[in-house]
Amino acid sequence: MAAGHDEAKGNGFVGWLPVVLSAGIFAFFLRFLPQIAAGETLRTAFAWAPSLGVELSFLVDGLSLTFALLISGIGTFVLLYSNSYLAGHPQYGRFALYLFSFMLSMLGLVLSDNLIGLFVFWELTTLTSYLLIGFDNESPKSRRSALQALLLTGAGGLAMLAGLILLGAVGGSFEISQLVPQAEAIKGDALYLPILILILAGTFTKSAQVPFHFWLPNAMAAPTPVSAFLHSATMVKAGVYLMARLHPVLSGTDVWFWTLTIFGAVTAVFTSFLSLRQDDLKQALAYSTLMALGTLTMLLAPSSGYAITAFATFLVVHSLYKAALFLIVGCVDHGTGTRDADLLGGLARAMPFTAFAAALAGLSMAGLPPFIGYIGKELIYANTITAGDAATFVTFMALAANALMFAVAGVVALRPFWGKKGETPLKPHEASWAMLAGPIVLALLGLAFGLMPLWAEVNFTTPTVAAILGDASKAKHLHLWAGVNTELMLSLATFAIGFILLLAYTPVRRLLERADAATPSFDNGWDNILNGLYKAAKWQTRILQSGNLQRYLFTIFATFVIAVGGTMILKGAVNLGVAIDEANSPRHWPELVLIIVAALVTATSRSRMLAVAALGVQGIGVALIFISFGAPDVAITQLLVETLVVVLVAVAMLSLPFLDERGKNDHRPKDMVLAVLMGVVVSFVLIGVLQGHLDLRLTEYFEKTAAPEAFGRNIVNVILVDFRAIDTFGEIAVIVVAALSAYALLRTTDNSRDRDEEEEELQ
Amino acid sequence: MNSLILRVAARYLAAILLVFSIYMLFRGHNEPGGGFIGGLIGATGFILYAVACGTKEARATLMVEPQSIAMAGLAAALISAFASAIFGDAPFTGQWLFIGATDESKGIPLSTVLVFDIGVYLVVFGAILTLVFAMEEEI
Repeated sequence: MAAGHDEAKGNGFVGWLPVVLSAGIFAFFLRFLPQIAAGETLRTAFAWAPSLGVELSFLVDGLSLTFALLISGIGTFVLLYSNSYLAGHPQYGRFALYLFSFMLSMLGLVLSDNLIGLFVFWELTTLTSYLLIGFDNESPKSRRSALQALLLTGAGGLAMLAGLILLGAVGGSFEISQLVPQAEAIKGDALYLPILILILAGTFTKSAQVPFHFWLPNAMAAPTPVSAFLHSATMVKAGVYLMARLHPVLSGTDVWFWTLTIFGAVTAVFTSFLSLRQDDLKQALAYSTLMALGTLTMLLAPSSGYAITAFATFLVVHSLYKAALFLIVGCVDHGTGTRDADLLGGLARAMPFTAFAAALAGLSMAGLPPFIGYIGKELIYANTITAGDAATFVTFMALAANALMFAVAGVVALRPFWGKKGETPLKPHEASWAMLAGPIVLALLGLAFGLMPLWAEVNFTTPTVAAILGDASKAKHLHLWAGVNTELMLSLATFAIGFILLLAYTPVRRLLERADAATPSFDNGWDNILNGLYKAAKWQTRILQSGNLQRYLFTIFATFVIAVGGTMILKGAVNLGVAIDEANSPRHWPELVLIIVAALVTATSRSRMLAVAALGVQGIGVALIFISFGAPDVAITQLLVETLVVVLVAVAMLSLPFLDERGKNDHRPKDMVLAVLMGVVVSFVLIGVLQGHLDLRLTEYFEKTAAPEAFGRNIVNVILVDFRAIDTFGEIAVIVVAALSAYALLRTTDNSRDRDEEEEELQ
Repeated sequence: MNSLILRVAARYLAAILLVFSIYMLFRGHNEPGGGFIGGLIGATGFILYAVACGTKEARATLMVEPQSIAMAGLAAALISAFASAIFGDAPFTGQWLFIGATDESKGIPLSTVLVFDIGVYLVVFGAILTLVFAMEEEI
């Protein structure tokens, strides 16, 4: 948390405006709830780039509305909370803007029906989260975390863009709602596998599945906790959201099922272990978010009613308790000055409301009745035991993850508040009402949904299932008591294992720490990759950007010769079969002789001045050829430009040394070979072009219309100033910019020399 | 360059080239010429003058900074582009006015296209002189 701000002053208008706005957005979406619960879907579209099939189209159905309500509702509480948490922070306005933009991007993402529109919002969340994670921009750690998140999710996002475009091309539309009926055709297409891999690359990086999980806990380490809280609690679900949104289009194949099952299950269990190992409460929560993301991914693998109902329920469960717990950890941090699990204890007396909210949220996280968390967990088990081939594997993985989560919930939500009093840097004190409002309301909602499962079912889970599976009747019922069955047995086993883990917390953690130290760190692996990239960049820079102008030019022309000449030879385009009659006619011999002699003089002269003048003569020879072919405009321009080039180069040459005497470092033979090759290649290209059929439609059009429409007989000029005036405008703008830049450059060096001289004079 | 003959000749040559450049500019729509070529010729004239008499004197004769001339040219082109908005046409649509037109002759044609070409002239003229003056002063 940034120090040195005046808490008493508050943030005034800037603090309250976003809270009011986001509450308004929440209310706006809440109005749709009855309609969506009744099974309707709403769609609205604005043309954006219609020629590309890109629309700003928004779809409100069960899935997007659930997300929109979570985002705007939790967003409101988080904005309220940060207004108090960062009271008087000098840059609060900026912070609130980032946070609010992030919320809007997220809303756009979940509501978008167009794949390209969705991608734009997706990248906007990447950018705004970069700004949020790096908000404390003076800390190298938060800068690194922000960059890591940006690079990783940005790279995934680019892969995803390719996947989305392919998907749109195969399905014939960029509108997701129009792709759903095409699902069978898409799955049968040869491009299905590339599409799936590319899109999953985006969703897995965004939703931090193993092995891309490490950026999320790092992002949590950002010193502006609220941004991190928000990110973890509701927002990293973007990847999960997209998998759910595309579930009807892409699911149902073996590769979908096994990829999501394995990545999700491994993520869930692996990160639960990591979560239990953390001392920092926020880090522990961050890793437990990964567990939730893994579980949600795993639940999206099959298309059964149990799985998707479990997905919809667990989504709500997790958002409620995780947002509450993150905010609570912030309250604890704010009230005691530390988040270290070992230092905290017995805070319930000093922070009764926080402790109350923590207990409620923690019990929901642990999956105990009568909280919604219990119902979510039962549904997960109901899904895993019916998962066919994978049943044993996923049931075991879910059991392990849930038991570990039970233990983490105890460590995060109970241990700091009960038991032995800890040694904290600050004297514990209760947080303000603005900071407590969110945790208490969200934790109570977790209890309310658990007690009134029918309400959650009608409003959230059934519409979500209907949106994903296209059939509301596949949705399962939510209830607290389903009789004695396998799920109940598994729940009891979860509680038992979790309780044992909690009792043996200290030795277990020590064991985990040792195991963690022995496994290679993904975070270090990331650093190694980045360092390797830097080294490769340095290496190729040293080779390509040597700083030697001669070598640059040589490289450029050599590349041209090899690329163009090589391609022509490979494609068999070198053809001298057709003679160029015009060029063979004797009346061009004088110009040709002039050009060849001038070229020889240029290449062999010892004096720069002579070389430049000979180069000019060569240009004049070319201008003569233009004249003889009836292009006076081009010829005049060529003549004038040649003249000016000679003058400019001559002026520049005055400050250059004389040419090297022929010696060891003489690069002329090499250059001469290259020049000849270059000439040969260009000649062949031109001959090739002339042999092709020249499309004269444009010429004819301009010839016909120049006089009647633009009142001019000089077609070249008419094209320049009338038909294609906007191009000419662009060109003259470039000329001005180039001249001003060159002027500025020359002036700068000039001034620095003057300054040196002045300094010398002073001395 | 310190040559009396060149200095004296340059004054006349520069003046002739300037007049010629403007002639090339105005005839451009129907005959070889136009803003680009006109600008090049004009710049050549002034460069000759600068080489013969020094950039200081050339700048004094020019009176306006060459980079301002280039910017003014860009502005003229921009104005001609959006003048068509007054007549409800798309940007860069040419607007024509023929003064004293009769059945036999078109009269004196005035147009936004001509303003645009003058803009091109000024840009080329100003940009090249900016560059050459800066380089000459650098040496």
